[in-house]
Amino acid sequence: MEWIVPFILTVITASTPLLLAATGELVTEKSGVLNLGVEGMMLVGAIAGFAVTASTGSAILGILAAVAAGTLISLIFAFLTLTLMANQVATGLALTIFGVGFSALVGSGFVGFAIEPLPALAIPGISAIPIVGPILFGQDFLVYLSIAVVIGVAWFLAKSRAGLVLKAVGDSHHSAHAIGYSVIKIRYLATMFGGAMAGLGGAYLSLSYTPMWAENMTAGRGWIALALVVFATWRPGRLVAGAYMFGLISVMQLHAQGAGIHVPSQFMSMLPYLATVIVLVIISSDRAKIRLNAPACIGQAFRAAQ
Amino acid sequence: MGVATVTSTTGEAGANTVKGAGPAQLEVRGVTKAFPGCLANDDISFRIEPGEIHALLGENGAGKSTLVKIIYGVLQADEGALIWEGKPVTIASPHDAREMGIGLVFQHFSLFETMTVLENIALAMNDVRDMDALRKQVLEVEKTYGLPLDPDRHVYTLSVGERQRIEIVRCLLQNPKLLILDEPTSVLTPQEVEKLFETLRRLADEGCAILYISHKLHEVKALCHKATVLRGGKVVGGCDPREETAKSMAEMMIGQKLTAPDRGEARQFGDVRLAVSNLSLESDEQFGTDLKGINLEVRGGEIMGVAGVAGNGQNELFRALAGETEQEAAPDSIKIDGNPVAHFGPRRRRRLGATFVPEERNGHGAVPDMSLSENGFLTAFRRMALSARGLIREVPTKSFADNIIKTFDVRTTGSGAEAGSLSGGNLQKFIVGREILQDPGVLVISQPTWGVDAGAASAIHQALLDLAAKGTAVLVISQDLDEIYAICDSVVVMAEGKMSKPRPMADVSIEEIGLLMGGLHDLEGQTNPAHDTQVEGGRLGQA
Repeated sequence: MEWIVPFILTVITASTPLLLAATGELVTEKSGVLNLGVEGMMLVGAIAGFAVTASTGSAILGILAAVAAGTLISLIFAFLTLTLMANQVATGLALTIFGVGFSALVGSGFVGFAIEPLPALAIPGISAIPIVGPILFGQDFLVYLSIAVVIGVAWFLAKSRAGLVLKAVGDSHHSAHAIGYSVIKIRYLATMFGGAMAGLGGAYLSLSYTPMWAENMTAGRGWIALALVVFATWRPGRLVAGAYMFGLISVMQLHAQGAGIHVPSQFMSMLPYLATVIVLVIISSDRAKIRLNAPACIGQAFRAAQ
Repeated sequence: MGVATVTSTTGEAGANTVKGAGPAQLEVRGVTKAFPGCLANDDISFRIEPGEIHALLGENGAGKSTLVKIIYGVLQADEGALIWEGKPVTIASPHDAREMGIGLVFQHFSLFETMTVLENIALAMNDVRDMDALRKQVLEVEKTYGLPLDPDRHVYTLSVGERQRIEIVRCLLQNPKLLILDEPTSVLTPQEVEKLFETLRRLADEGCAILYISHKLHEVKALCHKATVLRGGKVVGGCDPREETAKSMAEMMIGQKLTAPDRGEARQFGDVRLAVSNLSLESDEQFGTDLKGINLEVRGGEIMGVAGVAGNGQNELFRALAGETEQEAAPDSIKIDGNPVAHFGPRRRRRLGATFVPEERNGHGAVPDMSLSENGFLTAFRRMALSARGLIREVPTKSFADNIIKTFDVRTTGSGAEAGSLSGGNLQKFIVGREILQDPGVLVISQPTWGVDAGAASAIHQALLDLAAKGTAVLVISQDLDEIYAICDSVVVMAEGKMSKPRPMADVSIEEIGLLMGGLHDLEGQTNPAHDTQVEGGRLGQA
């Protein structure tokens, strides 16, 4: 059974970037904005984090840079879709293509660089407890942050007035406007939060998961994060479960190959999407459920009527 | 000023008008607002005293909504001033307006369907309040003003009348000094309207000024102390509604003589053209109403009204008749000119000569982003032969749309205009025209004049009467009893998915219909024995 602790540890590291990016996208979508550029924003965050860490030697600066880069690129998206009212789907796809290319361009000089991975926040004594110690108390701080952020977002959406306003804007932008809320401003903020979290998810990949830069290193995790939000039917609790389930699947894929089980790797990589499709079918069969949680105005441009 | 005394029909509310001494609650002075290509408000002035119920009358496009938005801070006036309690003010946002004590009940409710009543109320509060404290306040206001409402229900489960209560409670919680209601009664039953009026009169007695926007003139007459009439963005007059007739006010509104719908001489009815027998259908909506054993027969030349409070199965009935729901019922449970059609989709029913006008104009009756001629093509291409070998025949398609625009006086820039750019009344005239000009054998029309101004409504009513005179069977699903009384030959009432027996319009009083709307089917056996044997037997058979 000695394999179980390292196995769980890899599941946690595989799930954390998904959870970070998906939490951000959940908030964005709750405000009624569909940003399909998560993959691109993650890549830009990954390279920004890696480049700054490699140049300055400070992981903290790197993480801040990743957050800033993710936010900035989501601002481009917000400007195009919210101010200029471009189509959100097309703009999001373009954003991903842009992120792939841009990160490859900036990152070409950093291929083959090595940096120290983020240190684990080991608490002397406690993290030495067998099994529970390394799993619960031996992670780097981004793992803890990802959990803290989900809990924060869950509280924000369920309990705070600002969260209520955010959901209101996603539910009916015209009603929110009529009552006097600034739909565009709230959506800008939600989109920027999504960008920041995607950047952070990217930074986790390049600073902790595999502390190096490789072109297109997110390898579809941005898309999984998008699928996760729908999978979780826009609920933070299910988002955690989903992220860890998808993390588990991706790790199992490696372990299955190592153990000589001949499941085609393509089959394993498609599992998260397959699971999302199945969940979509299931929740669509119960319209009330999807109506209660899905933001009704998602993907729709808002024009204040005169 | 001195006229408003004892003899008024409004009873106790009449006393409030004579206040006039202090400054007005709100004075609108020379307000002008221009949009590109249209002067929405042109030098509008009037004043509302505290405790006064003031009607703002005008057709669609007269500038009422723009004016309301200016008062509520959604829009800013280009010129002119708002004087609040004697002082000039700038109202920069709805937040400011609420702060000053202005409440607005929207015509199209500003509610969030997936949220609870309490959350909806919290969203419209300026100050952040503790939810538990707010709940207590809500319950208190509900009790004081007789507006029962469960704070924890989700809005999408509520009826239209209940939704409106949310809007009203929202406003009352802010202790408004001026309450604006935009077309508040379009969706209420007569009993609900009466309740609303009680609440409003009570508020007025407490000194709240009320700006009441409506085109239902007899309601204005029963409720309001004063009226300002707008036409084309200008104030064209003011009056005391209690001393006017509905007709005289309507004429002031539209600026010309109004002719009552001409019903022609007593119509002769032909064969049954639309027959529904024993139709039971589960609703395909989570919170819809199942249809339970519906029976009805509409003869050629007959206009039958379907009355009832919204949400009692009318939408399901319309969809079942139009073929929009999956048809699990026996094929002959719906017949068009004798042909069993219940297993047909909308296109095959249309081929048999039936046409349908749904309640929702944008997105159901018409595609908002498509031009009028394209929208005309969509339902009429077969009957009007607008397509050949899979291609659209441009010229007849355009001339069909032009014909609708001309015949039904649709005010638009032309057949190339996007459907979504038309005002509600004009688009409704276009859609009704599109179906009528196809010369249908059966027309099923839902809420023909909902949100439509008096001029357009009377044009639509006349068109329906003319159509029936040519031998078409017309089924009008409407919540507006005035409408049913104005045009229908017979009426059925829907309550909880069941339908009452058809009654000739002349034999049934508005109170009876009101009771039937409340679901009191038992009453009906006593009044019209002739009908009973046949229809009641059918109804009991499947109970």
